[in-house]
Amino acid sequence: MATTIKVNGVDHTIDVDSDTPLLWVLRDVLGMTGTKFGCGMALCGACTVHVDGVATRSCITPIDSIGASEITTIEAIGATAAGAKIQKAWQDREVVQCGYCQSGQIMSASALLATNPHPTDSDIDDAMSGNICRCGTYLRIREAIKQAAQSSGQGG
Amino acid sequence: MILDHLASRVAGPDRSPSANDLSRRRFLQAGTVAGGGLMLGLRLPFANGDAEAAPADGFLPNAFIRIQHDGQIVLTMPYVEMGQGTYTSIPMLIAEELEVDLKQVQLEHAPPNEKLYGNPLLGGLQATGNSNAVRAAWQPLRQAGAIARTMLVSAAAKRWNVDAASCHAQSGEVVHAPTGRRAKYGELADDAARMRVPENVALKRAEDFKLIGTRAKRLDTPAKVNGTAIYGIDVRPPGVKIATLAQSPVFGGRVKRVDDTAAKAVKGVRQIVQLDDAVAVVADHMGAAKKGLAALVIEWDDGPHAKLNTDDIAGELEKATLNAGAVAQNIGDVDKAMASAVTKVEATYHVPFLAHATMEPMNCTAHVRKDGCEVWLGSQAMAWVQAAAAKTAGLPLDKVVVHNHLIGGGFGRRLEADGVIRAIEIAKHVDGPVKVVWTREEDIQHDMYRPYWFDRMSAGLDEKGKPVAWNHRFAGSSVLARWAPPFFNNGLDPDTTEGAIDLVYALPNMHVEYVRVEPPGIPTAFWRSVGPSHNVFVTESFVDELAAAAKQDPVAYRLALLDKAPRAKAVLALAAEKAGWGQPLPERVGRGVSLQFVFATYMAQVAEVEVAKDGAVRVRRVVCAVDCGTVVNPDTVQAQIQSAIIFGITAALHGKITLKDGRVEQTNFDTYQMLRMNEAPAIEVHIVRSFEPPGGMGEAGTSAIPPAVANAIFAATGKRLRKLPVDTTALKQPA
Repeated sequence: MATTIKVNGVDHTIDVDSDTPLLWVLRDVLGMTGTKFGCGMALCGACTVHVDGVATRSCITPIDSIGASEITTIEAIGATAAGAKIQKAWQDREVVQCGYCQSGQIMSASALLATNPHPTDSDIDDAMSGNICRCGTYLRIREAIKQAAQSSGQGG
Repeated sequence: MILDHLASRVAGPDRSPSANDLSRRRFLQAGTVAGGGLMLGLRLPFANGDAEAAPADGFLPNAFIRIQHDGQIVLTMPYVEMGQGTYTSIPMLIAEELEVDLKQVQLEHAPPNEKLYGNPLLGGLQATGNSNAVRAAWQPLRQAGAIARTMLVSAAAKRWNVDAASCHAQSGEVVHAPTGRRAKYGELADDAARMRVPENVALKRAEDFKLIGTRAKRLDTPAKVNGTAIYGIDVRPPGVKIATLAQSPVFGGRVKRVDDTAAKAVKGVRQIVQLDDAVAVVADHMGAAKKGLAALVIEWDDGPHAKLNTDDIAGELEKATLNAGAVAQNIGDVDKAMASAVTKVEATYHVPFLAHATMEPMNCTAHVRKDGCEVWLGSQAMAWVQAAAAKTAGLPLDKVVVHNHLIGGGFGRRLEADGVIRAIEIAKHVDGPVKVVWTREEDIQHDMYRPYWFDRMSAGLDEKGKPVAWNHRFAGSSVLARWAPPFFNNGLDPDTTEGAIDLVYALPNMHVEYVRVEPPGIPTAFWRSVGPSHNVFVTESFVDELAAAAKQDPVAYRLALLDKAPRAKAVLALAAEKAGWGQPLPERVGRGVSLQFVFATYMAQVAEVEVAKDGAVRVRRVVCAVDCGTVVNPDTVQAQIQSAIIFGITAALHGKITLKDGRVEQTNFDTYQMLRMNEAPAIEVHIVRSFEPPGGMGEAGTSAIPPAVANAIFAATGKRLRKLPVDTTALKQPA
């Protein structure tokens, strides 16, 4: 049955089983490969997107649960204030190594920053511990979130 | 032939090629690029001394530097980016000598454009591993940069009819200072291509480096923060179908029967492919493929390993160490020294099988046609991929085109071609391109694992506690013997023993033996920090045991054995000082130290570990001192050490693959756990300034941390852990 979802402000109509996870619709049907597959069980966070601004694991989000909600992916997160700050901080602090998990990390971090402009270490742990980085970039992720938070403070 | 160039695994200390070793005629050629510009083709060794193994019939380049009319410098090189920063460090070497901004150097993925270059990749093994990319490229790429610069200067001098000595290169231009004339490299490239290749060029002195040693920005970052970077799993050739698979849950098993009725009824499922030992579901998208896979009813014939358990394997290895093995190193007379020792210490150690668990699950896209085939993936070993694909497809090598992409984590997993073979086997049954994506469960349960090793140690101490005898015998798999048989000789290979022999300490009587045992029913492979991942844990835990037996401080005990190893002594002293070694700590918190010389890099680490009452272990802080010779990019060195330490802590605290009834028991990140943000310690990296040739950086941090953690646990609790991963139940505080 055809379903319409709104991704990064654009409506897409797709014809897949209603229980198909959003991840595969994004990657394989719509060709938006920035969102990554890591575990398929919401254990690693590589597939994180925003559903109405909330960090959501797309690998366990059935397409029929989305309705009229707005989906934002890594491809468009730079257009949000928090996302742009996070992306800049990621580059300034040289966070990235292999980079595979970083779409998910950036989506989790920008959701955090959008709702909590000055997160504590414990807030960062809570928001980010669901995202695995096998290259172990955690220390730099933490620094980058703090830098982005600081720039939020200065920019208002 | 692939195996001729496998010396990447035997890179040892202080064997970097010097300028004198490399015959320039064989190592570099210059020419004009189709369409204009200067091109240098050069041969980058995959190993120290590889230049000697160049084919007898002449020059076979595997890297190219192109200077285009627009001034852009394009480097095509055979090493791959796995996150270790190679795509930034390597261009720095050229940019330094060529006197250009790093931004002017652009990287192209190997293999190169076939029309432009032919196919130069067939002759040598293309592999990135053993922390050797920067080590191997250090001399030849700087030389190539210097040669190109010299030719550009000559071209300008000729054009202006002035002495070349009065011209110099600067910021991508040649400048004639007396007259103020300048010409951009792009304008000079065609003329430079007609210049003679200079025989002798002087390389810059280390103190004149402008770029090497600076914290240059990584070149691959922007695409990795906005979703545009393309990894192997992201390729989408037109018409591509997505497949996922179930392989025999027991290694060596076979498919007995498949009922695919329900799977075929799943919307979007196009085809079921049945192989001897696997079944794949081909679909429009991975969602349908996974749903189809779940709907398959497969009956397996488990084969000969149906009853295999990890404990049985460990028992076999332990038994094997009761017999003599191949002698990896013998110094002095251990038996005699042991007989006269005042104190004797004995211990046995275990390290487990480990999965790689790269964040990008195994995948490979293939399109097999009658007359050729195309393969898309991220690989650490392109030549193997091509050879494996050709063999599986039944095609000549030159009919196989391999497209390499970014790697979402390598760690040794992507040195193997098993995923490519699978993809080709499936693609042979599919009309059009098919992307075979393994589920995480399949990725963990059908990895090729870091071997299980069992070690038997004994030592004798004199009346002052100094080790007068050191005996080490260990048993386990030799990955190199399978991967590169020519490097396995007389029962030994240089990887399996690295970190067990040539220790930094003064050991007057030392004997090391290796017993090769290949456990059936579980494939093994290289894993980040390879042989040292095991040996350093054992030797550095055991040195700590000797210090304890001698009732001496672990750092002081080691320092006293390092008079002939000044670089080792310096990193140990530095790590201890920065860590505040000896300063008081709360109860059940301890510091542990480790010291190693592997991958041509000296490293010491001090771990500060807290053991909770319930036995839970938290690594609070790690201080690392490193002497890796000349540092190309200190930020990359720091990043690699942070990364390698997290990787090693993950293994030390959580890492374990076990078999029950022939099946891997771990399935996903719930049962094969990774260190997470809330568990990550503070990590300090202190780099010793050095102008020695660069040492390897991608792996050293991983092998050094597990013994530091185990030694810290001993300091905190008095419990000596001789088996990884850490068993927290053994660390519970008695009520």
